[in-house]
Amino acid sequence: MISIILLSGFGIINLFVGFLKSKRILLPLSLLFLAIVFGINLLDWNDTKSYFDNMITIDNYAVAFTGIMVLSTLLILPFTQHYITRNDENIGELYALILFSLVGAIMMVSYNNMLMLFIGIEILSIAMYVLAGSDKRSMRSAEAALKYFLMGSFFTGVMLFGIVMVYGATGTFNISEIAGSAEAMGTGGANNVMFMLGVLIIIIGISFKISAAPFHFWTPDVYEGTPTVWTAYMSTVVKTAGVAAFYKLMDAAFSASYPGWMPTLVAIIVLSLLIGNVGAVVQQSMKRMLAYSSISHAGYLLMTLLAFNNFSTSAILFYSFAYSTASIAAFGVLHLVAKQRGSENYEAFNGLGKTNPLMAFAVTVAMMSLGGIPLTAGFFGKFFVFSALIENPDMMWLIVVAVILAAVGIYYYFRVVIAMYLHPVAEDHTPIQSTSFINVMLIIISALTILLGIAPALLSGVL
Amino acid sequence: MITALLLFWPALAALLVLLIKGEGAKKVAFIATLVEFAIALFATVNFVPDATTQFALDIPWVERAGIGFSIGMDGISLLMVLLTAFLVPLIVLSSFKHDYKNPHVFYALVLFMQTGLTGVFVAMDAFLFYFFWEVALIPIYFIAAIWGGARRIPVTFKFFVYTIFGSLFMLAAFVYLYFQTAGTELAAHSSNVNAFYQLTLDSATQSWIFWFLFLAFAIKMPVFPFHTWQPDTYTESPTQATMLLAGIMLKMGIYGVLRWLLPVVPLGVSEWADTVLVLSIIGIIYGSIIAIRQHDLKRLIAYSSIAHVGLISAGIFTLNEQGLQGGVIQMLSHGINVVGLFFIIDIIFRRTNTREIASLGGITQTTPALSIMFLILLMGSVALPLTNGFIGEFLLLSSVFQYNYYFGAVAGLTIILAAVYMLRMFQGVMFGTKSEATEGFADLTFHEKAVLIPLVIMVFWIGLFPNTFLSISEPAVGQLLSIINR
Repeated sequence: MISIILLSGFGIINLFVGFLKSKRILLPLSLLFLAIVFGINLLDWNDTKSYFDNMITIDNYAVAFTGIMVLSTLLILPFTQHYITRNDENIGELYALILFSLVGAIMMVSYNNMLMLFIGIEILSIAMYVLAGSDKRSMRSAEAALKYFLMGSFFTGVMLFGIVMVYGATGTFNISEIAGSAEAMGTGGANNVMFMLGVLIIIIGISFKISAAPFHFWTPDVYEGTPTVWTAYMSTVVKTAGVAAFYKLMDAAFSASYPGWMPTLVAIIVLSLLIGNVGAVVQQSMKRMLAYSSISHAGYLLMTLLAFNNFSTSAILFYSFAYSTASIAAFGVLHLVAKQRGSENYEAFNGLGKTNPLMAFAVTVAMMSLGGIPLTAGFFGKFFVFSALIENPDMMWLIVVAVILAAVGIYYYFRVVIAMYLHPVAEDHTPIQSTSFINVMLIIISALTILLGIAPALLSGVL
Repeated sequence: MITALLLFWPALAALLVLLIKGEGAKKVAFIATLVEFAIALFATVNFVPDATTQFALDIPWVERAGIGFSIGMDGISLLMVLLTAFLVPLIVLSSFKHDYKNPHVFYALVLFMQTGLTGVFVAMDAFLFYFFWEVALIPIYFIAAIWGGARRIPVTFKFFVYTIFGSLFMLAAFVYLYFQTAGTELAAHSSNVNAFYQLTLDSATQSWIFWFLFLAFAIKMPVFPFHTWQPDTYTESPTQATMLLAGIMLKMGIYGVLRWLLPVVPLGVSEWADTVLVLSIIGIIYGSIIAIRQHDLKRLIAYSSIAHVGLISAGIFTLNEQGLQGGVIQMLSHGINVVGLFFIIDIIFRRTNTREIASLGGITQTTPALSIMFLILLMGSVALPLTNGFIGEFLLLSSVFQYNYYFGAVAGLTIILAAVYMLRMFQGVMFGTKSEATEGFADLTFHEKAVLIPLVIMVFWIGLFPNTFLSISEPAVGQLLSIINR
């Protein structure tokens, strides 16, 4: 709880420090704020408390997810050291918005009431709309922001509609009371049309937020247009918060009506895996590839929602973090490469293994992790997700589909590795400029990915 | 502890080698692999030939989930580890005359690969096995893709995606099996090999699990029709990578069948054994016939390898003791012969710049040492009595005959066909008149002899005293059979 208050306060401080227009103050300050929040957040461990008339509950689930989201932000922000947009004016607002959006993200993992969920999503989203358009002179950035805003607000509206219908059927916004009320309807509310319609509409709303297919259409365009640092944030923290909120909602409020919404969710998962993986294969731009890959990872993450066992929460936590570290490394290096070589295509990475061995190594580890190859965290992420699901014998076919598509994933992730190590350096390719701080961050991120790939129990055991 | 040492020493050495820029990397890598071989010999001497898993180490890895870092060696594992430890120094030595760019990276990857290979052979936990299975793939992919021939990028990429595709199915099967196991008080399930052996699933489940696992192993071996990645990859890879692939990595697939397929899903195996035998025998004939038609030496050996592996896989799926023992001994023999043959091809290629049989010839005139060694290794491959190939192929063929008379008759053609393509190759390359390319062909240098002589000694050792090795694996094979027939 203190972390929410602190983050809001720190955000306001950032706004005022922003008058100095000095990144050399703002960046360390923001990192310090985040480190403080990370530490304070951990104090709530094993100390479940409810706030605001039971609107928010800070339990271990909330603390763990807040922890990895704050940590991810901590790992992303150093990449703003170089530049965010072509001319970094008004950067104070950007650093403030990141902190504000984290407030929303934390609410999304600690809500106990549908209204808090809605408010959390809105706080997060509105900050993201602005960040998407923060490269003000770029048409693509403006297009991304407009697209994201129009689609986003439409789907938030849709989701609110669903919440209202569930309220209409149960008479409460509190998620545990909704569960009780649904129980009383018989068959977990699966027979109540208004209730089920509400549940399905909420599923659609959240699916949009985590860019699951078929509500993914905005993803490639918005990811492409948004300044890359914020794309990294969008595809890691926003997704983690969305999936954690989704799981909590389905587990706490709607688990009894599982047969009613399961087919819809299965369809969303299959489509996400299919569209994400197949779409990524045909991309020429690495950024769009990562956008499609993020759609497919939404599919893998959602697979945990089909089984509510003690593996599921660990699986989401582990997978989200594994995916986040890998994505941050990939987007981070892409951010530098794209700015300095003027292209986001695979060719821009040609010969990176020669010119910048460290970056190439970090991207290789990231790609292996995203592809789910052992020695990296991504392998155990996939492993835990499949483990969570396999106790549900009806879903064996889904695992088979996921496995086949995971092999497709290897194909496009390794195109980057091949470009870096096997294609010759183009003549005009000078080494990518970077700072020692960013290099250290890349080492830390790669080390984290490998550490969790060797000793997964460090993270999988916490929930 | 010895097992852990065997496992981690190459990885440590790899890190060391990475720090040494330039030519020194070769020598350090060679010494490191010799040390590894010494450790493996020490383990062999201390090995008690019974059915137990020895030098075992079992520490929890993901404790809550019952996944352990369990390693250890029974007779089969030991022989495989010994083969790896024996071949890798020779493979490193065989590269001494090559000037690879960035030698420190090259040798570090070779050593790192050795850790992966050893890990596959000593893992006694399903997920650990899978882990090392993939760990072994990554370095070989980079070795082949960075230092390979002109078409290396698409070819190695196909190899990589193909094998990953297969192994993901293995992972899915392991995860399923894992959830069927009984656990301990600490964890609800266990992925230990013995927990898998105690499973009793119904035959329909075993059938599909069989195919999930078989797909992974069959792609790695490779068994017809999953072999399409193999000839190209062998041809495009640098010689050392081809040696690693054919000499050792291929054995991962066969070892996987022995350890993780036959005893785990015996009902599935008996259901599908006929199919696998037919596929394997098609592979034997198909590989041999295509080998006869090859003009490129490396491709010829690549296809001959498909034929040889077909016989091993046919033999072990007969599920009788001769077949399994034959499979184990033939894995050793094939590893030794194929590494030797690929090295000889490399020697010829380096001196003449061609691998085309048609443009070679007359080499025997100036090279007594090379000719004799080539002939011995070739005879081992053709399975002439007194050589190592004879012992393995005899046991394997006799097991296939016991299983089904007709299968045996067709599989037996392998010996005739092998003689055809091997002798045709020898004739074309070594005899006849000198061609432009082979003019002034020099005999073996000291380094080359140092690689080939140990291999030739092993050809005769296994051929004359097979019991040295058969006695090591016999109790373990017996135990496997008792688990399969329980």
